[in-house]
This record gives sequence, C-alpha cells and structure tokens, in this order.
Amino acid sequence: MRFMMIVKATTDSEAGLPPSQELIEAMQKYNEELVKAGVLLAADGLQPSSSGIRISYPEPGGKAKVLDGPFTEAKEMIAGYTLIEVKSREEAIEWALRMPDPHGYGQGEIELRQVYEFEDIMEDSKTQERETELRKQVEERKKA
Amino acid sequence: MSSSRTHRTIDAIWRMESAKLIAGLTRMVRDVGLAEDLAQDALVVALEKWPESGIPENPGAWLMTTAKRRAIDLMRRTKLRDQKYVEIAHNMDLFTEDDIDQVLDGEIGDDLLRLIFMTCHPVLSQDARVSLTLRLLCGLTTDEIARSFLVAESTIAQRIVRAKRTLSAEKVPFELPTGERLHSRLSAVLEVIYLMFNEGYSATSGDHWMRPLLCQEALRLGRVLAEIAPHEPEVHGLVALMEIQSSRFKTRVNSLGEPVLLMDQNRTQWDRLLIRRGLSALDRSRKQGRPLGPYSLQAAISACHAEARTVAETDWIRISALYEALSRVTPSPIVELNRAVALSMAFGPAFGLQIVDELRSEAALKEYHLLPSVRGDLLTKLGRYEEASTEFELAASMTKNDRERKLLRNRAAECESKITKAD
Repeated sequence: MRFMMIVKATTDSEAGLPPSQELIEAMQKYNEELVKAGVLLAADGLQPSSSGIRISYPEPGGKAKVLDGPFTEAKEMIAGYTLIEVKSREEAIEWALRMPDPHGYGQGEIELRQVYEFEDIMEDSKTQERETELRKQVEERKKA
Repeated sequence: MSSSRTHRTIDAIWRMESAKLIAGLTRMVRDVGLAEDLAQDALVVALEKWPESGIPENPGAWLMTTAKRRAIDLMRRTKLRDQKYVEIAHNMDLFTEDDIDQVLDGEIGDDLLRLIFMTCHPVLSQDARVSLTLRLLCGLTTDEIARSFLVAESTIAQRIVRAKRTLSAEKVPFELPTGERLHSRLSAVLEVIYLMFNEGYSATSGDHWMRPLLCQEALRLGRVLAEIAPHEPEVHGLVALMEIQSSRFKTRVNSLGEPVLLMDQNRTQWDRLLIRRGLSALDRSRKQGRPLGPYSLQAAISACHAEARTVAETDWIRISALYEALSRVTPSPIVELNRAVALSMAFGPAFGLQIVDELRSEAALKEYHLLPSVRGDLLTKLGRYEEASTEFELAASMTKNDRERKLLRNRAAECESKITKAD
C-alpha cells in the first residue's frame, strides 16, 4: 500500500528560507534509508505558496476563480511530500516517525495519508454492485 | 498504545529490520540458520518487553544488541565444545560492543548483498532459493510464502529448513563473489528475483491471475539490490523491467477478473510514476556503458510500449530490432515467438506467420500455449478464421490458467461466428 507523508508548510518554508545544513543532511540520510529499504517511490519539496496559484469554485456550477499566491494560513499548506510503498499502516507510521523534524523550531508537522489503490476502488464497486443487486431483489419481492 | 497496536507496530518493525538483522548476525556467526534463530529470539524478547517499556528510540539497534547478547550467552553455555562455536568465538565482531548504528548503517549494504548471494546460491534448488530469499530477505512468514505459491505451509517450512541445512552442510561462505564468479552468481540472484516477480505477475496455475505480494516483494528486493550493487547494469535492467511491468497492474484484468492483452489495455490507467521510475532505471543501466544484457533489453522493449500513448504509436520497428538483439544475447524459441509478433506488427501478419510456422517444429514449444495463441491471432488478421479457431481451441486446451482458457475460448468462438457470417 502507498502512503504519502505530507510535510506541512511553516513560516520559514513560506518565506522561501533554505533549511539548515543540518536538516538538509538529516533529510538526505533519511531519504537514502528509504531508498535502501526499497520503499521510496517519490519525494519532492514545493516552492513557497508565493509562486502558487489557487483555483476555487465559490459558486456551485459557476466559473473557476483563479487566485495568485501567497496564501495565508501556513498550517493549511504543504511544503513537500514523500511517497512510499509499504506493507502496512504501522510500517508507514514507523517510517514517518523516523523522518527528521522538518522544521526544528516547533512548527514541524508531518501528515500521513494513505493513497487510494485500485483494490479499494474495486472493492467499493463490488460493494456497490452487491448493494444494487440486493435493492433489486427487495424491489422485486415487493412487486410479487 | 493498545497492546494489539503495539504488536502490529512490532510486526512492522520486524519487517523493516529483519533482513538487516539476519545479515549482520550471519556475518558474526557464519550460519544463516543460527542467525535467523537469534534474530527471532530477539523478536520474542521485544514482544515481551516493548508493550511494557514502550518502543525504543532505535528499535533496529535494540534488536541487534539483544540478539548479540543471546549469541554470546549461547556460546558460554555450550562452553565452546562445538567446533562451530569455537569458530564463532574467534569472531571479534561478536564480542566488541561496537556502535550498532554503524554496523547497521555502514557495512549493512555489503552484509545484505552477501546474504542475498547466499540465499540464491546454486547449491540450492530454484524453489528453495525463492523460499529462503522471501523468508530471510523479505521477512515473509512461511504462511505468507505458502499462500503466495498455493502450496501447504508445511511444504514451505520443510523447504526452508532443508535449505538452511544445505547451506551449512555445504559450507557455503558468507562472502561477495569477485571477478567472473560475481557475474554468474549475480545472474542467479536476478533469476530468483524475476522468478518471484513472474510467479506473482502471471500465476501459472489456478484462477488467480496475479499474486501482488510476490510482485511487490520482488520489486522491492530489486530496488534494494540496485542500491547495494549500483554498478551492475543488469540489476538496473531488471528493476526497470519490473517497474514498467508493474505499471500495468490495474489494466491487466477487467472488472470480471479476466486478463486483458497489452494491446487492449487502457493506457491512460498505466501508472505513470512506475513508468518514470522504470525509464530512469533503464537509463541507469545504459549509463554503465556496457552492452545491454537480457533484462535491460526486455526493459527497453517494455519501455517502447510504455512510451507509446496509443497502440498505433508503438514503435514496432524498434521493438523488432530489440528482439533481434535479445535473440542474439539469449537465443530461445520464446524470444523468436515474440520477435515474430513484433515483426508482424511492424511489417504485416504474413511476416510473423512465417517465423511462427517454423517454430511449430520446436520441441521446446510443444506444450507452450502461446504458440497456437499467437498463430491464431496472426491467422485471424489474415482472415483465415477456420484455422485460427482451431489454434485458439488448441491453446485453450494447453493453458493451466482458468481465466486465460476462458479468454482463448472466447476468441475461438469469435472466429467461429465470423465463419458463419461469411457463409
């Protein structure tokens, strides 16, 4: 199963300040560990939201609203992500716990989210099919 | 943390650390069976202690220290009577309280590489190599391995016990082969990994078309190998091949669980991330500056398909040339059969049929259902439906995969209906 470790933005990352040499080294070492364990699929850092664009749909069925960055609320933005392929949720947590504190000044936050997989969707459509089938049967019984 | 959650966490840590642990311990005690026992013992201690004490800061180092202490205890108890323990006792690694982190991080690549060379040693049967590798390097349980191969757990357990005993009886060294031997041994390792992958990718029997666990483990192991043996082009070639093939997972079966052929797959659903990873692995292989070996060539062929946005855009001429190269490196009737398909796509079905007809006398392909299947396909394209139908029926009677049989029967029926229409 795939998990995305989302590193939340901080005031520093939003200001476009480079991380400390120490953090860069720790991150490199951590990424190397992920690679050596064969679990890393992709990892990238994002530029600050000042170069970002936000597209929103404030009116239902209405036109898109395009807004240039920077955006406020650093906590709601992300500064980078790491995508891993692991065998269990616990393994994903364990890897996430080994990631260095991405900020170091009390603002570091990593969010772990599971990526939808084909099986999940399949499972879902199968459940839906079964549900539809059941409903049909109930309807037919009502008619009979 | 609830105790069941702690157990699941310990299980996850075991999966992450067991290979490194077993590799490091094998270096110290020179016996892969004993190393595994020691590692397992450490795991048992962890299962007892961690729910109380909490999970230590560096669980890998904790397990290693515990396992080392068990080894030392064991030796003191046996008072070095046994010759094996005398040998072990000479190993200073065991008695120095070195920086475990250093041991786990520094030399670990070499230890893992030695372990994989050991579990894939030619002294073992192919089945034993695969089982032992899954067990010691992937940390799978005998139950998981048994389920993946659809055999009884006791069969796998016995196979593993015997394999460990053979390694010890034959005194297979825990070392990195050098020079010429490295290449022949490495190709044995790659063979085991690819076998694992293929067993998962297209199940040879039963109605399970895919067994994803085996594929995932093979791919992960390949990626690990690419990091610990980065200068071997074929390692990257194999990884590239597996990444690209994995990218098609979602599209290989339809919603009814039936196989979908490459040409009919929905390419928009191919996993672009895995394709990109595959292409960059292939690039790493090429950058080693040596002629492409069989895995890299197959990966290059896979890459041609992956890079074509539609079937029509496929560079069949290039694929034909790559098959030509592949047949020079590893001549085989199966490669010829694939070359025939590529040629028919590049230059028309008649070209392919000519090669396929010649292959019908090949003894090696007598039982191979894809020969009549391909022939049926080419005959269909040439409008020779009656002969095509016979070929598909023949192929259906030869395959061991239930779902594939169904697919072939359907194609035979399609041909039949075309004959009736023509009448």
